[in-house]
Amino acid sequence: MDEKYATRLAYGEALAEYGCKENVIALDADLACCTMSATFRDKYPDRFFNIGIAEGNMMSIAAGFATTGKNVFASSFAMFAAGRAWEQVRNSIGYPHLNVKVVGTHSGISVGEDGATHQALEDIGIMRTIPGMLVVSPSDAIETKAAVKALIDYEGPAYLRVGRIPADIINDSPDYKFELFKGYQMRDGQDVTIIATGLMVQEALKAHNLLKEQGIHARVIDIHTIKPLDEEIVIKAAKETGCIVTVEEHNIIGGLGSAVAEVLGEKCPTPMLRVGMKDEFGKSGKPDELFEKFGLNAKNIAGQVQQALKLKK
Amino acid sequence: MNQKDEKELSLIAAKVRINALDAVNAASSGHIGGSLSVTDILTVLYFDEMRVNTKEPKWTDRDRLVLSKGHCTPALYGVLAEKGFFPKEELLHFRSLHSMLSGHAEYHVPGVDMSTGSLGQGLSVAVGMALSARVDKKDYRVYAIMGDGEIEEGQIWEAAMCAGFYNMDNLVAFVDNNNLQIDGAITNVMSSYPIDKKFEAFNWNVINIDGHNLPEIKAALEKAKNAKGKPTAIIAKTVKGKGVSFMENIAGWHGKAPSHEQHDVAVAEIQKVIAELEGK
Repeated sequence: MDEKYATRLAYGEALAEYGCKENVIALDADLACCTMSATFRDKYPDRFFNIGIAEGNMMSIAAGFATTGKNVFASSFAMFAAGRAWEQVRNSIGYPHLNVKVVGTHSGISVGEDGATHQALEDIGIMRTIPGMLVVSPSDAIETKAAVKALIDYEGPAYLRVGRIPADIINDSPDYKFELFKGYQMRDGQDVTIIATGLMVQEALKAHNLLKEQGIHARVIDIHTIKPLDEEIVIKAAKETGCIVTVEEHNIIGGLGSAVAEVLGEKCPTPMLRVGMKDEFGKSGKPDELFEKFGLNAKNIAGQVQQALKLKK
Repeated sequence: MNQKDEKELSLIAAKVRINALDAVNAASSGHIGGSLSVTDILTVLYFDEMRVNTKEPKWTDRDRLVLSKGHCTPALYGVLAEKGFFPKEELLHFRSLHSMLSGHAEYHVPGVDMSTGSLGQGLSVAVGMALSARVDKKDYRVYAIMGDGEIEEGQIWEAAMCAGFYNMDNLVAFVDNNNLQIDGAITNVMSSYPIDKKFEAFNWNVINIDGHNLPEIKAALEKAKNAKGKPTAIIAKTVKGKGVSFMENIAGWHGKAPSHEQHDVAVAEIQKVIAELEGK
């Protein structure tokens, strides 16, 4: 597909569309025009509150709303929603298990020119360690909309991770079906499995094509729900293909790669490699340049698959 | 407040103090100093002000209270038990593994409106509840209680700014100004004074009171209702350890349980107050 569409735009549109339910409240911390919660604000101004640049305050306010039966979407950049406000999310939202959806936009290095201070590479890890917290990282605009719809119907704390830049539409096939908690197999293959999340799913698909030219048949799985992880699809892939490569726009510590390694290590030890940020900070630059520099592209994924194949028993 | 009501509330407050002491004694741990300083405020709120229903703790139209200084559960659980939200016997299992009454305030306890304990977050939570009342056009009121040490947390002032900005006149925040925090006097550790001027600057209606004078507490709550377009901050001058002479104004009683012998002395002191109030 040539069409490109930022997942944050899809988030705003979906919130405005499915947020027609009276109990939905949206909060933002002076980034409504960037997170796109502004789309909801413009449609339902009485159910939107700008809290100003005070993310911790916003998360605790969200908790207060939730105790009164509201379904709250609190948005900011991933760095601040998950990072700055982590302890408020943990204690005000996670511990009482309140119905708040923490939404982190501008996640990962694809933030681009704003640089390392704004490139959240730890958010999946730190949200995932909060007991009872759902973690969702959709791969394109279509999946984002489906995820928002599902999260509106979901009761409990959740973290939704979306990105800044326009991204390929990859889930436009007529048989695409979104199920919270379930991984989605996008390509079949028996030689190796690439498990990816977020914007890296499109790169995994391109890697699949590169590998096919070399006679390697890579299965591609999109994991949009990182927690709880669809263990069944991971273990099945491990057994059937014998090696795994994970891909994420996140530190390889704590994110998707860790989640997959946890399952495989305990339930089905299988050779695997993790593609992601190698315990390092990002940089200013164009998103494509950054993907190239840090190896978050199809070429490097294909190369890592070659390495992983050598580990196969 | 007439004399009869004042006497009745004084009696209840004394019983809540004993409840708090009993809970801490049973657990051999807990935050008694700040519980005794906030007891009179909690008593007036739950017995003379707030619209609550002990049979239906999560009643949607109830007034809400967020004990932002969430370590003072001996007083909160003590007042809720006295009110009838759960049996007093439960207090004797305070902080134990199989009890519902954990060290800091928990949302699932009947009558508790929010889990608190990590300081600085409760005022924000109360703002969320108060905004929700506005969205739903409900008339319930929301109360938050903070410590004077707690307000060193920056998030309190984010919440204060927000409540002032949104003209939350259904919100009342108490500062339990007992002047002590764990490491000593707030004036030595990190002064939050002047407290009233800070809230005024954030567009709050501010009332200074003696936090152990029941009619003053009640009068301040009445004044808060008339402050249209502004949240109200009630700065309550209090005494840490109030009611137990050997605990009063001593920072060391912040989070320490008295020995069983000290407990008996403390309870006897309050029993004496009760006997006087009952005219025995």
